[in-house]
Amino acid sequence: MTASAKLWRRISYHLLVGGLALVMFYPILWLFVSSLKPNDEIFTTAYSLIPSRLEWRNYATGWAGFAGNSFDTFFKNSFIIAILSTIGAVASSALVAYGFTRIRFFGRAFWFGCMMMTMMLPRDVTIIPQYIMFTNFGWLSSFKPIIVPQFFGIPFFIFLIMQFIRTVPADLDEAAKIDGCSKYGIFFRVILPLTVPALVTAAIFSFYWTWDDFYHPLLYLNKPELYPVSLALKLFLDGESLNNWGGMFAMSTLSLIPVFVVFFIFQKYIVEGIATSGLKG
Amino acid sequence: MKLRHNDHVVGYLFSAPFILGFLLFIAYPMVSSLYYSFTNYNLLSAPTFVGFDNYAKMFADDDKYWNSVRVTLHYVVASVPLRLAFALLVAMLLNKAIAGIGLYRSAYYLPSLIGGSVAVAILWSQVFGDKGLVNSFLGLFGVHTDTSWIGDPRTSLWTLIALSVWQFGSSMLIFLAGLKNIPKDFYEAAGVDGAGAVRRFFRITLPLLSPIILFNLIMQTISAFMTFTPAYIVSRGEGGPLDTTLLYSLYLYKRAFEFYEMGYASAMAWVMLIVVGVLTLILFQTSRFWVHYESKGDR
Repeated sequence: MTASAKLWRRISYHLLVGGLALVMFYPILWLFVSSLKPNDEIFTTAYSLIPSRLEWRNYATGWAGFAGNSFDTFFKNSFIIAILSTIGAVASSALVAYGFTRIRFFGRAFWFGCMMMTMMLPRDVTIIPQYIMFTNFGWLSSFKPIIVPQFFGIPFFIFLIMQFIRTVPADLDEAAKIDGCSKYGIFFRVILPLTVPALVTAAIFSFYWTWDDFYHPLLYLNKPELYPVSLALKLFLDGESLNNWGGMFAMSTLSLIPVFVVFFIFQKYIVEGIATSGLKG
Repeated sequence: MKLRHNDHVVGYLFSAPFILGFLLFIAYPMVSSLYYSFTNYNLLSAPTFVGFDNYAKMFADDDKYWNSVRVTLHYVVASVPLRLAFALLVAMLLNKAIAGIGLYRSAYYLPSLIGGSVAVAILWSQVFGDKGLVNSFLGLFGVHTDTSWIGDPRTSLWTLIALSVWQFGSSMLIFLAGLKNIPKDFYEAAGVDGAGAVRRFFRITLPLLSPIILFNLIMQTISAFMTFTPAYIVSRGEGGPLDTTLLYSLYLYKRAFEFYEMGYASAMAWVMLIVVGVLTLILFQTSRFWVHYESKGDR
């Protein structure tokens, strides 16, 4: 192939792949730009990515929220739910993953099978009795029905961490045992430090899933002061607030920022986590 | 390793969170939802046993139910293959070691990272709205239309399918990892034998990726059946227009938590479980004919 033919190939590759990437990314860009457009301009010149002037006020009017509940409250709720859930999910999943990989106990294969089945179980099958159960516990209108179940191990994360523990040579366990470590000692001193990458990956995904979760807050939280951001955004679509487009786009943009920040900091873990375990983003 | 008595206790201690959670939040709810599915239950009074009434009503008397089945199947059958096809295509384009590839990978992945969020569902309802981005672009090319893609029953479901296909990024990453595992000399050998790009794709790439394709196909199908948030947000919780976006999960939610027909909704959930289970089994069974497993040797 001649040099110029090679150059052409390379240019057309970048035109194709870059062009497609731009199409993919365009809606997100549009969301951001629309959050800075004056209200009357968002839909009159929707194709344009350049606002006639920057309307930062959208962020103020959006943040003010609804009927006395500002986005201070909503963001605080989202962070409480996401952080507590993540701690619970990762800690419990790590314990279970260690038990499933490194300890032989009666019934292990059975419980492992239950876990794999749970991974494929549609949420709809368990949600109604769970709702009834949490109602009987008196947990409605609190974060408990959302956070507490996370402390019982999340199958996807257990599986992910198991895959990782399997790559740790069993010789290390043996050596630690000879040095007098119990199973607990091996877990905390040998396995846990070596599985940090898997724990980070699990933490990132747990944070994403709980941050984005809409279904469970919709079900369990019925007071606006308890709403996380995902549920609060829905209020922009309801009734009288229907015309604050700018505020709606502004708060939608803000709601994505924690996700983007985590992505750019931990990109490596995310890409590897998905590639090795098939976690969905 | 020899089994020691102590290991049983320690094993159960470490696994206790999952086992307790499984019994409390999975096993018990599954059994009780099966029981509820044979009752009338509105949460206020105790469940009354009605036999197969809920199932009979569902199959014989509920047009809305069959409509939601149709809508959901349409959604799954259109969105999952399209999503996987895009994911594979883009993964093959990105399977190169050149500068800037990481940037492209991120750009393609980001939509799937945020795609399940309410923010994106809201964005989508505006992109395809009557004065949204799509119509605005069409206007630039002289096609002036005021119909909302969301509001038109002919296109409403397709906007949700588009949203799903747009999020092909995580499948793409899985395919990329799979492509990297295919030894380069396979392609070189095939090239020496005179196999063209198309032949190499069908004879090497596709067979060697088939286990990953199967895995993706099953997981994506299950999650497509459970799609809720975009349908809820885009149709403002109604599943409209004319129930064209009333996905199964949304209809079940409305029956259970808007009309408090817990028995009926439980019956719906069990039918879904059985259908998804049977589909998964069928996919696994057919996999014998199209999934290629390498002999793993000493692994």
